[in-house]
Amino acid sequence: MVNVYLMGKKYEVPEGLTIMGAMEYAGYQLVRGCGCRNGFCGACATIYRIKGERELKVALACQTTVQENMYVATLPFFPLEKQVYDINEIKPDAQVMMQLYPEIYSCIGCNACTNSCSQGLDVMQYIAAAQRGDFKACAEMSFDCVMCGICSSRCPAGISHPQVALLARRLNGKYIAPEAKHLTKRVKEIEDGLCKEAMEAIMAKPVEELKELYNTRSIEK
Amino acid sequence: MNFTPEMLASMAKVEAAREANIALEPRRMTAEEKDALLKAYHPDYRQDGFDIIKVGGNAGQKAPKELLALLEANSRLTQVTANLDKIDYDVDVLVIGGGGAGSSAAIEAHNAGANVMIVTKLRIGDANTMMAEGGIQAADKENDSPAQHYLDVMGGGHYTNRPELVAKLVTEGPGAVKWLNELGVEFDKDENGNMITTHGGGTSRKRMHAAADYSGAEIMRTLRDEVLNLGIPVVDFTAAIELIKDENGRCAGAVLMNMETKQILVARAKAVILATGGAGRMHYQGFPTSNHYGATADGLILAYRAGAKLLYQDTLQYHPTGAAFPNQIYGALVTEKVRSLGAKVINRDGVAFVHPLETRDVEAAAVIRECDDRKLGVEAPNGQAVWLDTPMIDMIHGAGTLEKRLPAMLRMYMKYDIDMRKVPILIYPTLHYQNGGIEIDVNDETCVPGLFVAGEAVGGIHGRNRLMGNSLLDIIVFGRNAGKATARAVKDVHLGKLTLKHVDEYAKALADAGIHSDIVSPKLLPDYARRV
Repeated sequence: MVNVYLMGKKYEVPEGLTIMGAMEYAGYQLVRGCGCRNGFCGACATIYRIKGERELKVALACQTTVQENMYVATLPFFPLEKQVYDINEIKPDAQVMMQLYPEIYSCIGCNACTNSCSQGLDVMQYIAAAQRGDFKACAEMSFDCVMCGICSSRCPAGISHPQVALLARRLNGKYIAPEAKHLTKRVKEIEDGLCKEAMEAIMAKPVEELKELYNTRSIEK
Repeated sequence: MNFTPEMLASMAKVEAAREANIALEPRRMTAEEKDALLKAYHPDYRQDGFDIIKVGGNAGQKAPKELLALLEANSRLTQVTANLDKIDYDVDVLVIGGGGAGSSAAIEAHNAGANVMIVTKLRIGDANTMMAEGGIQAADKENDSPAQHYLDVMGGGHYTNRPELVAKLVTEGPGAVKWLNELGVEFDKDENGNMITTHGGGTSRKRMHAAADYSGAEIMRTLRDEVLNLGIPVVDFTAAIELIKDENGRCAGAVLMNMETKQILVARAKAVILATGGAGRMHYQGFPTSNHYGATADGLILAYRAGAKLLYQDTLQYHPTGAAFPNQIYGALVTEKVRSLGAKVINRDGVAFVHPLETRDVEAAAVIRECDDRKLGVEAPNGQAVWLDTPMIDMIHGAGTLEKRLPAMLRMYMKYDIDMRKVPILIYPTLHYQNGGIEIDVNDETCVPGLFVAGEAVGGIHGRNRLMGNSLLDIIVFGRNAGKATARAVKDVHLGKLTLKHVDEYAKALADAGIHSDIVSPKLLPDYARRV
């Protein structure tokens, strides 16, 4: 058994549990602070400190095993600032960050965001890329962000890093990455009704014939 | 991580056989072999997992025992009161559920001019969509076609799929991917813009589009951002606990409950879209699950009480590769893309006992046979498990491939000091997807006028087995479809007086059948808190 302090209160829980598992073992019926339970949704952002150590650590409660004398505070919600925009109207130039998220230019370079990322991303560097208008780099560096918001909770400049990164990724996905011409072509063919005949033909086949087709179909190497 | 001596000994055999296993192409099973394997080992065929539905539109059919208990449970309105004369929200379209299907539906309903609102019991984006890793299918390559995709879907579903739903799914597939791309979803592309596509189990063409192994997360966060950009109201931490009808039998809204304060609210709507997702947290037959916290089949309960019909409620998908070790991630998804990229499934002795890209039901049944019957698995904390030989990926495609294409998987295991580039991982099937659900027509509407369904809560699209990458596709295609269909439908709707009569009538039918229950449904959240 290990001793953990959930919101400051001491509980004894079995070794090997995640922080989330420890909370449930202690009797919490979670509503907030629990989402996918698998490291993708960012609902269970958690800040902890091992008793006697100076360093504050961050984690996702569903992805982190409890330790002896762990003081746990969950951060089930953090007020990120999301700006509203029309994705079809904005352009992928540096102006757009200036207009929507001007606070990124107040970054003091303290690196608290990077040090607090539950995914281990270089948050300060992706913000720097956004400042330069290099949205492709910002998108790539921020891709694994789960938007838990811990970075923003530690930022003295009041930056909402996950929202900045999301804007950069949408700009990159829509405007900067090259167009998939085969996709555009196929969609046009479908709209022009060119795929209709083959579809109707295969739908009209009796099940036995469909089975034969399926069992003998060629499989791309 | 502390592997047991048995694990380490077996791991050495897997490593010794690795080069030979890479070169080996395990034989694909014949149709007859697959049928026999499924009947003997797939959990859908275990008689003791099911009981017969006694009341309602599907009376006489099988359902998982855990689901049946909720279908036979009491309405939450036996505990609280809803005042239908006091309308808290009045909208054209009410979307219940904030995942990929609900968000797509809301966006399209809004864009078509409807006044739409989303309610969700957790946050928008707390959904299985967020956790989908591998990708989304669409027939957009030169050697592919919607008809080819149709054939794969029908064969994978054992020809039980609703053909008209499948035709819609595959025909609108490329359009769905294009729509997402134009919203800014970052698909994996080469330098010329060509989509990087791979196989999934049971596909005949490489049509799996991905965004690394965060495919669903990338789609979900983009859709969520768009919902917020459009100013669509999202009422979060609020569950639907019953549907409301009007006096003419049309679905006309829902009774809502604030998950934290328990306040009861009434939403009136000219059409309702149920996008409540799946059921992994029901832990059918005691399986662990890869699903998000709220996957408790709520929509099926609400719809069934309101008179909608279920379809294939007795068929679930057990993903062949759930994490079996370490215990902290028991049941977590190991994406099929690991096998798409070449990793094979290997037993205790280093033998590749099954082709890695059989359909999910067949692959899962083969793993269950290897562990539970042949006892050729390795002992893991919750029973035997087999290896997924992940170091093969970088050996086949070059160093750095796994890190680039499977960052989430690598991260998940590195948290437990397991470097899956160097050592194989232990897997066992995990409850992953509700193949069946609520019956709809091609406009997403149920037999209850005004009640539409989209996403995992729908039954019939995938028949009795879904292929990888067709769920992300179906939530987008049928989500958008529901949004457009409801926006059209509400133009001519004039609601009559609201009623919950159907809830009382269903309760009476249960009582008349001699059924009494001590629990309430929908379940809303699993009960994981230890009783102390």
